[in-house]
Amino acid sequence: MSLEIGSPLTVGLILFAVIITGALLITVERRLLGFWQERLGPNRVGWFGSLQVVADMIKIFTKEDWIPPFADRFSFVIAPGIIMSVVLLSFAVIPFAPNVGVIDSNIGVLFVLAMASLGAYSVMLGGLSSDNKYALLGSLRAAAQMVSYEVFMGISLLGVVALAGSFNLREIVEAQSGGWYIIPQFIGFVIFLIAGVAESHRLPFDIPEAEQEICAGYHTEYSGMKFGMFFVAEYVGLVLIASLITVLFFGGWLGPTFLPPIIWFAIKAFGFIAFFILMRAAVPRPRYDQLMTYGWLFLLPLSLVNLLVTGVIILSTQ
Amino acid sequence: MVRLIVDTLLSQVRTLWLVFMKLFQKKDTVEYPDQQPYMFPRWRGRIILSRDPDGEERCVACNLCAVACPVDCIALQKGEMEDGRWYPEFFRINFSRCIMCGFCEEACPTNAIQLTPDFEMAEYVRQDMVWEKEDLLINGTGKYHDYNFYRVAGKKIEGKDKGEALNEAAPVDVRSLLP
Repeated sequence: MSLEIGSPLTVGLILFAVIITGALLITVERRLLGFWQERLGPNRVGWFGSLQVVADMIKIFTKEDWIPPFADRFSFVIAPGIIMSVVLLSFAVIPFAPNVGVIDSNIGVLFVLAMASLGAYSVMLGGLSSDNKYALLGSLRAAAQMVSYEVFMGISLLGVVALAGSFNLREIVEAQSGGWYIIPQFIGFVIFLIAGVAESHRLPFDIPEAEQEICAGYHTEYSGMKFGMFFVAEYVGLVLIASLITVLFFGGWLGPTFLPPIIWFAIKAFGFIAFFILMRAAVPRPRYDQLMTYGWLFLLPLSLVNLLVTGVIILSTQ
Repeated sequence: MVRLIVDTLLSQVRTLWLVFMKLFQKKDTVEYPDQQPYMFPRWRGRIILSRDPDGEERCVACNLCAVACPVDCIALQKGEMEDGRWYPEFFRINFSRCIMCGFCEEACPTNAIQLTPDFEMAEYVRQDMVWEKEDLLINGTGKYHDYNFYRVAGKKIEGKDKGEALNEAAPVDVRSLLP
């Protein structure tokens, strides 16, 4: 067995690393949030709180896994599984390093977008089957937000695709050896960043699960490991968005040769994860109608203009 | 419109920068069990029963503290010694109800019941929060070192008749005041 694209060892290692990273982020986020709010965060369990994740997992595994009697059992059970599996499936096309990855797909960008759309089903089913008004409101908001932000999330990527001339994420990374796409596609980067936060419903756009308004939104009725699946899937989704930004705009594994490519990838991705956590600490949540207006009336035209200008420049320099 | 967009964007970037710089600031957290806070002497914490300078119980079982208590957490029963002193047969404070308001201390005529700066009273069993007289009684005088109720009060006990207390005039025969 060797480390090459698609070998069982590689697939297993990627799966393991992604899930462990997602779980570790729970602790990392609490620590970083603490630092940014002039607190210390959890620092009791283990060395500087590094074993906090173990304590959290023991807690969540031993909790009662309760299904409300009024819920629709089938879709209630299946909803957390959907989001976990689609988020993990999205990692199949992410190129971590020249010979590390699950598949080398020609439609990588489309695959990721398709999987992100399927994630909306999980949130919708979870809220609908709970038979709870807060869960329903949350899933309503989540569905509207995810569907509308997907539109220009896709359009903002088309500039990168046009520059690289390929939907293959691996080729997009290799096309950036002359210069990262953050410079020609800065507007596309900003739009993708915002849409990515909205897509993984992280804090500035966590309107579907706004605690202060609608309890916990679509996972109000969930407990135990089913809630844990939603929770870990959110963090794995965060890793996914950070990896995508790294791959599409920051040259993936490319970097000076004194560090191996996988380390460069990890450093860049972690930088974006930290930035998302910083956004959570700093930026307040907008109102629901502000979010929709901002998306449809500002970001959508901006991404279309960005695509148009990119196209004109590419055609005129040919 | 453009101005508004630019201003909003700059404001967000400034917010992010300011919050990021908090990483290097001193943290406000007090790591409590490792780092004990300074408790002020008048802090209203765990309740004690003190003794007078002679080493006798100060409490005279007058029930004023139990009456003043807004949550009715104090229970006691009066007893009387052969020399005429009153004392509580039992004195029970239910600390799971006590709100540390200090009304009992204000009501006490003999300075027996006092609040101390100790606040670490957590228990695993609720029943352990009920403290009896043996638990409450301390061997010292608390905040008032020289006060001895039976030496200043007009109450007659064995070895001290009426009028023999400190700062007390001898009793007047009311019949001698008649016109």
